[in-house]
Amino acid sequence: MLLSPGERMRRRLAELAGRGVLFGITSVAALAVLAIIFFIARDALPFFTQVGAREFFLSTEWYPAHQPPRFGAAAIFAGSLLVTATAVLLAVPLGLFAALCMSDVLPFGVRQVLKPVIEMLAAIPSVVYGFFALTVVAPLMQNGGSWLPGQFEIASGVNALTASLILGVMALPTIVSVSEDALQAAGRELREGSYALGATRAETLFKVVIPASVSGLFSAVLLGVMRAMGETMVVWMASGNAAQIPRPWYNLLQPVRTLTATIAGDMGEADQMTGSAHYHVLFAMGLCLLLVSFACNLAGEWIVARQRKRLRGG
Amino acid sequence: MNQNVVMSVVLGISVVSAHAQGKLVMDGSTTVGPIAKAFAETYMRQNPGVNITVSESGSGNGAKALLNGTCDIANLSRHLKESEKKAMSEKGVKPVAHVVAFDALPVIVHPSNRVKGLTVDQIRDIYTGKITNWKEIGGGDQRIVVISRDTNSGTFETFKELVLGNDSKIVASAEYTGSNGGVRQRVQMTKGAIGYAGLGFVDRSVKALEVNGVVPSAESVIAKQYPISRELYMFTNGEPAADSLAAKLLSMSRTEKGREIIEEIGYVPVPGK
Repeated sequence: MLLSPGERMRRRLAELAGRGVLFGITSVAALAVLAIIFFIARDALPFFTQVGAREFFLSTEWYPAHQPPRFGAAAIFAGSLLVTATAVLLAVPLGLFAALCMSDVLPFGVRQVLKPVIEMLAAIPSVVYGFFALTVVAPLMQNGGSWLPGQFEIASGVNALTASLILGVMALPTIVSVSEDALQAAGRELREGSYALGATRAETLFKVVIPASVSGLFSAVLLGVMRAMGETMVVWMASGNAAQIPRPWYNLLQPVRTLTATIAGDMGEADQMTGSAHYHVLFAMGLCLLLVSFACNLAGEWIVARQRKRLRGG
Repeated sequence: MNQNVVMSVVLGISVVSAHAQGKLVMDGSTTVGPIAKAFAETYMRQNPGVNITVSESGSGNGAKALLNGTCDIANLSRHLKESEKKAMSEKGVKPVAHVVAFDALPVIVHPSNRVKGLTVDQIRDIYTGKITNWKEIGGGDQRIVVISRDTNSGTFETFKELVLGNDSKIVASAEYTGSNGGVRQRVQMTKGAIGYAGLGFVDRSVKALEVNGVVPSAESVIAKQYPISRELYMFTNGEPAADSLAAKLLSMSRTEKGREIIEEIGYVPVPGK
């Protein structure tokens, strides 16, 4: 069919407009992320020029409300690391094991009940977890010290371990749900092929299903890590918020302070109106959290891509 | 002349809107918050159609809200800082302080603690980490768990000003809690704990210590004997007009009913007429 030049032009313009709208909608998400990074970095940089990175990363003297203020955040970085690492160490083995059981070991009917129940853990608001930590876990832990071997005294029930325990539980649904999906995605054919070759159930599970779904399992772990690292309310309520590196460093029974809790707790006082370095230091912390998150994501992408290549090649 | 016309139009609008809306926004300290809420409830019950909202975002945020014009009354559990006054004068905000009540910061310990009283110096030594075990000051052999309000609170500012002084830093192992109720809850749960909270938050579940030999109470606060006590403020931008909602609410602190409310919450009403 022949079109007049005017008609062709109109159609072309309509197509361009359609594409433009779709592109605009898609880029909103990307722009939002870029805008967040831009605005956080813009407010974080003045801190590094005013106070300097040296004190921020190397000193453990955190006295933002003192005159003169000190902004040593080393203990706070250590606190975030300690709480996140412990939560992940608790949640990852448990979560992966639960996912394995549900996808390949337990009867189908049990899985149908268990999975929604575990996913419900994700629906509980974090302030409720915090309240639970403060009123149930902390007293239990304080009294628990007396019947543990050695009867050592737990002076304060609000400490790194309490926060980690709760964070671990909060990261569980993410880890279980995503890794269970990954294991399911390995497919029935793969499992049946393995059985047909004479492999036992355990061999199939560990030598076929897990290697085939390892990239999915890895993303599950990564999402769990980020969930634990970014959580704020629970650590603010249950970690004690003491800006110190525990002695010895692995002593989980001492209170610690995390980056997220510091940002949440100090935001009110630290506005542009009162000392501006205190305001900017919180953005510097936010920027660090963001960069770590980014690094985690990139590393995750890279590992998943490498795994896919290996599976295709092998 | 033109200017006069504009002025009268602007004034006319503002008068009309003040009567028609009957709206008042209060923001600030979690310590003053309960007074503000009780006043607001009482006033709204007596005057239906009036709408008073009370937020509790901390003294620092209250001052910020007054500065930004997002509240009519800022509740503060401390006086304005120099930096805040400066920011306000730069923005043309004229803060006027109204003392609505007195509060004391009792120092609280676990009920099982043998220690009956401490001096301000001893409390400072505990908070700066010089004293770390209760046996050093007449208690049992128990590590002291230091609990403080977060640095965003007026309660912390008051404690810092009245007990710590400007040169002392709180020991790094001190725990920080986001509310007065949180401090009490942590102290009643923790055998070795020491904390401080507003007078209104201290009940029988914790033990309030004598400070310099004075029991924290309404009488000792009014007599200015109890060393860790303070005035609670409501700040307005300029003196409110006599018939304004803000003025009526502020004057409640001097009425019979208002004093009753303040006592009920656990603070000390301002003495006098």
